Amino acid sequence: MIKSLHARQHALAQQERQVALLEAGQQPSFKEKLETIGFWPLKPSTIEIFQVNVGYMCNQVCKHCHVDAGPDRKEIMTRETMQLCLDVLKQSKIKTLDITGGAPELNPNFRWFVEEASKIGVGEIIVRSNLTIILSNPKYHDLPDFFKQHKVRVVSSLPFYDASKTDRQRGDGVFEKSIKALKMLNAVGYGEVDSGLILDLVYNPTGAFLPGDQMQLERDFKMSLKKNHDIDFNNLFTITNIPISRFLDFLIATENYEEYMEKLVNAFNPVAIEGLMCRNTISVDWQGFLYDCDFNQMLGLKVNKNAPQHISNFDLDQLTNREIVIGQHCYACTAGAGSSCQGATAN
Amino acid sequence: MEQTYYNPADLKKFGNISEWEENLGKKFFDWYGDVFKEGALTAREKSLIALAVAHTVQCPYCIDAYTQDTLEKGVTEQGMMEAVHVAAAIRSGSSLVHSVQMMNKAKKLSM
Repeated sequence: MIKSLHARQHALAQQERQVALLEAGQQPSFKEKLETIGFWPLKPSTIEIFQVNVGYMCNQVCKHCHVDAGPDRKEIMTRETMQLCLDVLKQSKIKTLDITGGAPELNPNFRWFVEEASKIGVGEIIVRSNLTIILSNPKYHDLPDFFKQHKVRVVSSLPFYDASKTDRQRGDGVFEKSIKALKMLNAVGYGEVDSGLILDLVYNPTGAFLPGDQMQLERDFKMSLKKNHDIDFNNLFTITNIPISRFLDFLIATENYEEYMEKLVNAFNPVAIEGLMCRNTISVDWQGFLYDCDFNQMLGLKVNKNAPQHISNFDLDQLTNREIVIGQHCYACTAGAGSSCQGATAN
Repeated sequence: MEQTYYNPADLKKFGNISEWEENLGKKFFDWYGDVFKEGALTAREKSLIALAVAHTVQCPYCIDAYTQDTLEKGVTEQGMMEAVHVAAAIRSGSSLVHSVQMMNKAKKLSM
């Protein structure tokens, strides 16, 4: 298993170094690009998704991880901060709670958080599960039942429908374990038509290239997973790799960085602006600080200082009227068919 | 400094061919764009054909471009290699099938 950038004390473990590198490139700035099409300053539409990162600890160390997650990461959200999140959800009526990590299930208060969110009637609870966590320890074997009990929408990464590409990105044996976990989810009804239990998969390219057509890839995944493993799922989301953290390290180490950035800039699609996730999402980190998206969170770019920057001061009106903080990494969300945690945005 | 006939950076300058013959260049790129649109064949099938042909004509620019394109379109590495084998099979087959002519000629000349 590779180690996180933090564990290696790698220069790119420092957020400032990443931002400085990204902003020093020769490409036209993302701000200029937005100005030319009349979208500067970039503002939210309606805040519909409350994405909470409950910690950076993970049982996997994927090569492309934008969080730099891994077993050595000790940043974990406390129950007190979770309670503040629940208070916001109760008061603001934001309809979707999107729980991410790391492996969110590793947070000792994860189940409590889901149960409480369920009790207060959050419209939709999403858990971004890496699948292998379900098999990593007997105490997690009942997660499919737990998800079912709370009608959690499970969104899981599976970068390809075969072992070779999946394992190269996510680690040896991950594909096989993921297939077992998907079967466990199917067994309780996830992915079954009319069960009301949604199981979505996330595809991201296994290298320095853009994702292909989401619908075509969804057809491929469905056909292959059904034929070879008898697995069903609902939707496939294609997500472009963001040039930050471990993927940035990969790009630099393989001398793909300049070309990848150029590709993102050349593939800029103004139509993708409308559906940018920073326009309908607020991201919360393990300490309760607020960000425009999970990527900005990893770069340490908090929401604009004119808006509340911590969950304890949450104000929906002020946050809805904030200016979104942008940078060169944002080109990844506007390239081609667009990219977000909900998949392509410009189909 | 090492010099080669092919410079990878030249691929990005492909559009420059219109500079010296704008009308024909424009017609070529319009036609090229239409060729690769989804039609009776999918965009992915067309990309795989392009990858195979790229190997047949041994164009390093085309190999770079359509390796990336087929990866983006979700073609497996095995699928990409099978496409190259198809190109290689036709190429070698085309040599071998000409041996029938050789055999015909040899038989005609021989007692």
